[in-house]
Amino acid sequence: MSGAVTTAAKPVTTPAGRVAALARAELTLFGRSKGMIVTALLVPLVLPVSARSVVEDMDLDGAGLSVGLVLLPGAIGFSLLFAVYSALVGVFVGRREELVLKRLRTGEPRDREILTGAALPAVVTGLVQSLVLAVGCSVLLDVPAPQAPQLAVLGVLLGLAMCAALAAVTASFTRTVESAQVTSMPLVMASMVGSGVAVPLELMPDRVASVLELLPLTPVITLVRGGWTGELSAYEALGPLMTALAWIALGVFAVQRWFRWEPRR
Amino acid sequence: MDTNEHEHVIEVTDLRRVYGGGFEAVRGISFSVRRGEVFALLGTNGAGKTSTVELLEGLARPAAGRVRVLGCDPYAERAVVRPRTGVMLQEGGFPSELTVAETTRMWAGCVSGARPEGEALALVGLERRAGVRVKQLSGGERRRLDLALALLGRPEVLFLDEPTTGLDAEGRRETWELVRALRDGGTTVLLTTHYLEEAEDLADRLAILHEGRVAASGTPAEVTAAQPSRISFELPDGYFLGDLPPLGELGVCGHEVEGHLVRLRTRELQRAATGVLAWAGRAGVELRRLDVRSASLEEAFLGIAREASASRETVEEYAA
Repeated sequence: MSGAVTTAAKPVTTPAGRVAALARAELTLFGRSKGMIVTALLVPLVLPVSARSVVEDMDLDGAGLSVGLVLLPGAIGFSLLFAVYSALVGVFVGRREELVLKRLRTGEPRDREILTGAALPAVVTGLVQSLVLAVGCSVLLDVPAPQAPQLAVLGVLLGLAMCAALAAVTASFTRTVESAQVTSMPLVMASMVGSGVAVPLELMPDRVASVLELLPLTPVITLVRGGWTGELSAYEALGPLMTALAWIALGVFAVQRWFRWEPRR
Repeated sequence: MDTNEHEHVIEVTDLRRVYGGGFEAVRGISFSVRRGEVFALLGTNGAGKTSTVELLEGLARPAAGRVRVLGCDPYAERAVVRPRTGVMLQEGGFPSELTVAETTRMWAGCVSGARPEGEALALVGLERRAGVRVKQLSGGERRRLDLALALLGRPEVLFLDEPTTGLDAEGRRETWELVRALRDGGTTVLLTTHYLEEAEDLADRLAILHEGRVAASGTPAEVTAAQPSRISFELPDGYFLGDLPPLGELGVCGHEVEGHLVRLRTRELQRAATGVLAWAGRAGVELRRLDVRSASLEEAFLGIAREASASRETVEEYAA
């Protein structure tokens, strides 16, 4: 068959190349949406600063914490929740409602590449913000250098993967971009209250804390804080690590199973 | 496969598609498309055209039956099939805030052996609109952008779902010319349409879908030949159908009367028309709104819809 020969001679796209092309387009869109820029860039950076006075009133010494060691993991948590999770719910729903996802699926990109490409700008934003926050808090709040930086890095990376996966899950049952603000609230609220983003778990009763440890973002905050205090042994880090991996696995499974690629008609 | 020329690029056997609610949109469809052919799926809204094409595009897995595109399963073997196919969905899907050029660049990054982006836009006459956001394009321009992206990878097989819906007459003609040029270049094209003249003009072969089944298929001439030609006219006051010569002698095989309006169906158009006109001349009758026409695809299409609904009524009667 002569056709097969010419086909073989075609330059072939690679997964990385396809993801890059999709991510580039998504980044352009990100830059054109004022609402996205505000929630993704401003909220996570401004909120922790305004929360400072509240944290200063907490009884932290008893728990062996300082203001900086509460604010920094909390700020990274805010970044993950707003710049990554909430933003991506809107992105996934928006692209689906515009039939962009369906159109892309007729082409060469695989499902996971389409979602990865769409998620990449927000994930990179979250990563950069975490770095900015780490440096900023060290300088402004006299937070000492992290004792176990590998744990903090692990925590942030797990948090990024988890927030992207859970955003896709949330998008599966969100019909419009407007309702995305509502459907993303439960995880945002639960994380702020129960995952140590706003209130450290060390200040909660043990029995409550041991339940809250199972929330998705709790292991991320625990690992990040442990990375700075250095008080988390390798063995103690295993629990949060397993919890975080379990949530990511659950999220990926749910996306493969239930993600909606076209609007309901 | 005997020779390259007659190789079947698309093969569909007993295809079925059932949606979540249990609705069976495709109910056992079979057809095949040869390399270099333009094949049209024709049908009213809800006939199952898009549901069928989506299975060929590999967007969904059929409930039953077999689909082969270029010899492969387009769903399971998408990595092999996708670089060789181009798709234009019924409704485009492009981020409204990207420009035409940015959209094209994004697609080009996802297409093996993509044409230069400017060349793809020039094919559809959009090169001057490259800097315009998608949301500012007219409906027709959006269809043309969609077509340009479907053509980016110089596909061997092109799926076009209602490619000219929303285009003005000129845009439609340009799209037809483009499809013909692609076919002459060896591209196999499967398109859906509810414009009968589009199928008649463009398609080498076609299948008329009705309620998820193939009601008729073949070349436009074959499908049309199975249908009777038509004569219609109005009789003046005081004249009735019975005043005409016996219809059987004129070669008329069916008729309808609606007030003054008479419709005759015949497979011998010249004989029937001559008979009617000779009678009118003899009787000194003026036949108003006289219309004599050969069987057309439209007639075939309407006939199929009529027969299908009649047979369904019969089935329902028996069931009751």
